[in-house]
Amino acid sequence: MKRKFVSALVCAAMVATMAVGCGGGNTETNAPASDAGTEAPAETEAPAETEAPDAGADAEAPAAGGETISIGIINNDPNESGYRTANVRNLEETFSEANGYATQTFYGKENDKQVEAAQKMIQDGVDYLLISAADVSGWDTVLQDAQDAGVRVLLYDRIVNASEDLYEAGVVSDMAKEGETAVAWLEKQGLEKYEIIHLQGQMGAAAQVGRSEALTAAAEEKGWTLVTQQTAEWNAEKAQQIVQSVIDSGKSFNVIYAENDDMAKGAVAALDKANISHGVDGDVIIMGFDCNKWALEELKAGNWNYDGQCNPFQGEKLAELIKKIESGETLSEKLIYMEEKGFDAKEITQEDIDNFGI
Amino acid sequence: MENNHAKQSKGSSFFADLTRNQLFIPMAALLLLLVFNLIMDPGFFKITLGYNSAGHPVLSGFLITILDYGSELAILAIGMTLVTAATGGQDISVGAAIAISGSVLLRMLCGTNTRPETLVMPVLLAFVITCVVAMLFGAFNGTLVAVFGIQPMIATLILYTAGRSIAAWVNNNELPIISEPSFAYYGGFIPGCPIPTPFFIAVLCVAVIALVLKFTTLRLYTQAVGINEYSAKLNGLNPVFIKILSFVILGLCVAVVGLIKVSRFSSINYSVIAKDIEMDAILAVALGGNALSGGKFNMTASIIGAYVIQCLTTTLYKFDVQADALPAYKAVVVIALVVLSAPIVREKLAALMPKSGSREVAK
Repeated sequence: MKRKFVSALVCAAMVATMAVGCGGGNTETNAPASDAGTEAPAETEAPAETEAPDAGADAEAPAAGGETISIGIINNDPNESGYRTANVRNLEETFSEANGYATQTFYGKENDKQVEAAQKMIQDGVDYLLISAADVSGWDTVLQDAQDAGVRVLLYDRIVNASEDLYEAGVVSDMAKEGETAVAWLEKQGLEKYEIIHLQGQMGAAAQVGRSEALTAAAEEKGWTLVTQQTAEWNAEKAQQIVQSVIDSGKSFNVIYAENDDMAKGAVAALDKANISHGVDGDVIIMGFDCNKWALEELKAGNWNYDGQCNPFQGEKLAELIKKIESGETLSEKLIYMEEKGFDAKEITQEDIDNFGI
Repeated sequence: MENNHAKQSKGSSFFADLTRNQLFIPMAALLLLLVFNLIMDPGFFKITLGYNSAGHPVLSGFLITILDYGSELAILAIGMTLVTAATGGQDISVGAAIAISGSVLLRMLCGTNTRPETLVMPVLLAFVITCVVAMLFGAFNGTLVAVFGIQPMIATLILYTAGRSIAAWVNNNELPIISEPSFAYYGGFIPGCPIPTPFFIAVLCVAVIALVLKFTTLRLYTQAVGINEYSAKLNGLNPVFIKILSFVILGLCVAVVGLIKVSRFSSINYSVIAKDIEMDAILAVALGGNALSGGKFNMTASIIGAYVIQCLTTTLYKFDVQADALPAYKAVVVIALVVLSAPIVREKLAALMPKSGSREVAK
């Protein structure tokens, strides 16, 4: 009897674990639309259903014509990074009730949970599904289901490995271009020698691949030395240890190319400890990515030299695309790149920090 | 702390005694790493006295790095050893709990302003509040384990998955940054003292736990509960209390490490702070030769184990091993350890020792 009770408790706890697990990634606190809320707009016929006449049962209900467009947003965990927090906030602000959207959201770091949520949103009959996938693969079936149900899919931030016919368009950052912009800036500095500490992000991440490729190619082509090329996994502490290790080994270097702001911060902490000057007029050039507000402030203070933007404000572009589809236009491009800048410490203004800091 | 494991049984040779001593494994591992580094590059042992950009004297070098980062692990190893001994399981939510502690600490210091000019309350007060919060989370884990009889790894999985999100909620998803320079002392250097502060904090923690183990019945009770819960209960101990207590003590350790971690950058990044640190802490306990199934424990061995782990990490960084390959190397160490500490292997080794012992040690 007692054992039974305990095992029941264990089961309950495991269920609780899973529930909390979902709860952790699935920050639905900000989702304005509850289940009941999304049923209603689901009934309303999507105004531009022209291209999907064979839409399934879900799209059959041409009920009272509301003006609201129902949107399902799938995103990654907002706590993943400052970039993600800004991205989630931007989309929520763009697709708010005040702007005439009924939005339901799912935030999770696991691909299969995202797919599940997408399935549910399709069943709820949303008009548009906006997806930033945790993983590039595993989306074919659900995208096919969406198409069958007449749900338009827009990808943002990340593209998935699926047939292009299955989604309308993708709004993404061009990571390779971010890398190229940064490397071009570095080349323009005209240093006598290039001895670079390359701090990479999580290996295999699109941002890592794009930002690494440009530097590796340039190093080979122009004979720059990569003193060390290590992944610090976006982590400031690891970056600090890696740079510390290079300093302790007595190797010389004059550039730190960190693939995000956190790692640049870690590197700078190691330099400060060893009293190596950095930034504008310093011995070591500091380069970071993502344009966090605090990072741009470091830039303005002259402690860093360069910060490459990774633009998380995809909301407007997405809204623009939806408007186009609604008015019956066809989209000319499958991939739409966000405009992204690189900031130089010597030129950055307070206005830039306010506008582009995340 | 005393080590009463090496019983002077049988009149066997010095080496047999040595290998039976629980400190043998971590010490041998440490020696092996140091000798390896000595052969590969004696520069590993170089320590230089320099000045940081604020003009304060600091020591730097690989050994100092080990002392610095190993101290965090050593503090965690204290709590993890007690949890392991009392419950026969490990707490895998340590990293997430550090994220929560760090967030709470920053929230207390910053208030609602994410970029405060001055601190809202004294660091000490904020730290005490953080300790209370971390101990409550420890008590939560402990209750699940002790009262509801859930496997520790499963019970702590809850906080492991939810912890970093909780940490983000504490600060409304903002990333507070503290500009007050004195806050950086805890994870950096106190002006005028060239030795990293975390080392002093670790020494303090070790001294406290040594006194507690010496003058209270904590060691006896924990081991009794870990060896046989039911007989401990029959003897009038309260296993539920002892188990929860072990988690609460770990919570305290987590709060201390949280302070150090947050202080290092005067800021926090919820998603990556103290990532995977629980694995290193558990590894430190295992490396100390403590049975991961609970029961008897040796605190000294765990603490040395923690520094050995950091020594391994730093060595791998020095030789430019890709950071994402580090876990693989650590896995090799774990496998070697688990095999080495298996009773069958140890008995065989002990039997071999008198003959080949001298060679073993020379290595």
